Amino acid sequence: MTVETAPAPAPSGGAAPAGGAPARRGRTLPSGSVITTFLVLFLVIAAVSVEGFASTRNAGFLLLDVVVIALIALPLTLVVVTGEIDLSVASTVGLSSAVMGKLWFAGLPLEAIIPLVLVLGAVLGAVNGVLVTRLGLPSLAVTIGTLALYRGLAFVVLGDQAVADFPRAWTTWAISSIGSTGIPVVVVPLVVLVLVTGVVLHATPVGRSLYAMGNSEDAARFSGIDVGRTKLWLFVVTGVVSALGGVYWTLRYGSARADNATGLELQVIAAILLGGVSIFGGSGGLLGVIAGALLLGSVRNALQLVNVPSDVLNIVTGVLLITAVVAPQVAARVKGRRRRRPAS
Amino acid sequence: MSRSLLGRHLRGGLTGVAVAALVLTTAACGGTTRGEDEGSSSGGSAGASADPDAEIPADLAVAFLPKQLNNPYFDVAAAGSERAVGEIDGEFSQVGPSEASASSQVSYINTLTQQGADVILTSANDPNAICSALDQARSGGASVVTFDSDTAPECRDVFINQATADGIAQTQIDLMAEQIGGAGQVAILSATANATNQNAWIELMQEYAASEYPDMEIVTTVYGDDEDEKSFQETQGLLQTYPDLKGIISPTTVGISAAARYLSGSEYKGRVALTGLGTPNQMREFVQDGTVTAFALWNPEDLGYLAAYTGAALAAGQITGAEGETFEAGDLGEYEIGADGVVVLGEPTVFNAENIDDFDF
Repeated sequence: MTVETAPAPAPSGGAAPAGGAPARRGRTLPSGSVITTFLVLFLVIAAVSVEGFASTRNAGFLLLDVVVIALIALPLTLVVVTGEIDLSVASTVGLSSAVMGKLWFAGLPLEAIIPLVLVLGAVLGAVNGVLVTRLGLPSLAVTIGTLALYRGLAFVVLGDQAVADFPRAWTTWAISSIGSTGIPVVVVPLVVLVLVTGVVLHATPVGRSLYAMGNSEDAARFSGIDVGRTKLWLFVVTGVVSALGGVYWTLRYGSARADNATGLELQVIAAILLGGVSIFGGSGGLLGVIAGALLLGSVRNALQLVNVPSDVLNIVTGVLLITAVVAPQVAARVKGRRRRRPAS
Repeated sequence: MSRSLLGRHLRGGLTGVAVAALVLTTAACGGTTRGEDEGSSSGGSAGASADPDAEIPADLAVAFLPKQLNNPYFDVAAAGSERAVGEIDGEFSQVGPSEASASSQVSYINTLTQQGADVILTSANDPNAICSALDQARSGGASVVTFDSDTAPECRDVFINQATADGIAQTQIDLMAEQIGGAGQVAILSATANATNQNAWIELMQEYAASEYPDMEIVTTVYGDDEDEKSFQETQGLLQTYPDLKGIISPTTVGISAAARYLSGSEYKGRVALTGLGTPNQMREFVQDGTVTAFALWNPEDLGYLAAYTGAALAAGQITGAEGETFEAGDLGEYEIGADGVVVLGEPTVFNAENIDDFDF
């Protein structure tokens, strides 16, 4: 199946605003295919030239590092497509982890803790959503605030303590792989979620309405889409998925801490932007985002294997990201110039 | 288009997720709670036997993984490890994250596993978060030595403890007693009220002082929260509250340097003694200007040096990490492994005007 379908215009029976919503800022390339090509090229080059890169064990290590980033990138991609942002995702992971540790320490069974933590995630997401959609505050400002707030609450819950005595069966499951393939078992539910998100975004009226909102909120509203309600739900889902990420993070590292996943939001957003989603909303596809997450993970993994120091790694990631954001702009400008020339 | 199209889709989706979660959880088993699980964990390398006369093989790949890179304390420890690895003709490398978070070390350990490192020397940001990664490294053939900050004991072969709590407590009390003639009021300026290390040391200091120096009276413990400003103010407060105070002990590097800064600019300079745990670079000017006579800390270079020799001894099969085994650690001489696979570096190093310029950390 093709996950990468071009965003269709708002599904509206003639209610579109005058002018028919021209292609807008950032909607330059369906760069999902570009980044996927990049990823494949990089994997081939790394497999040939980096000792130890192409092995099942290393593939497992690599995927484990990418799982949570890719997971949270799913709902966040939808949020970004509508033109909003949620910077509080990593703090939600941290707070979920802290609460999970606290409840476990208090003697609750994991089977009860996990649903509770997911509900907590929904509440945290709803706080973001209400502030953005009901009070009309910019999501950037709101979620910078909740980034600090949720992380602060995590420290209130657990302080600098770590809760670590989770059952071994659960923590080994979190890093176990399917047979001898090296592929972590958690990749299976992740792939299911990727497919579900891909279908919602690219093959349903809901998905099309998200692009419509990202392109022009007014136009979307005129065509009968309940923008506020939709965005509110997106923030709620992002909260739930981030909490799920917190549960997995805690089990994977076998340690509930308030500072878990600090700074992860930047890696998630990096994957989304690298995947060709416009930060202004209205364009991009899920395939590119997954490729973006895998590319970032693979680059770090390969560079670590050839002993590149972590400071340099950060520089490489930064340059990669800027290139990914700048390249489509440059390409668009070049294209625009070419188009203008014969006309003048 | 329906107003709540997404809402309805989502509600359906959420119900689906909830059902899936329920199915998963009931399938898992009837309620997993704390304390009922955990069979015995593998006892490290219990099965292997040690050969004290084994040669250390050449070209051992020894990797040094600190809590984070560019931290002066670990840079000094790394220099010690590198010196030791040079002596045994091994290959030394230092890798590590740029931020000291609990999980950031994991991908570096995985990389080392993949590269087939023989020895991993690490100081853990979290005692448990790196455990499963270390398990994989060990099943891949690596020997794991922790230093400075330990992991859970079953996750490594040997832990190098920089100093025992007793050693740290007694050294500080002895230093203070020397400086004030064994008698008079002494106050403690600690880190935070719930700092585990400091609280353990303070308790031991009080016991030791009571038994060895009955004329020394520890009047109070105040907390500077490991903040420079607060420690500075607490020092000021101590001197006003206790006009007869003879000395201050600060078992934290932030506290001792803040206290020294206050004393050196006050009328109490040279009249009130100050000692505790500090680094030579922080304390150099105060030793030179006479505010501080002597203070203590373990030597991180020796710590790194001993860790590297321990790793080499493990890789060579001279030791397995069991209690009672002994091995040679270059210049530092012979060491013995204690209970739980712990090796103690030794007494803290005392720094004073004579030797402080030999140290740079």
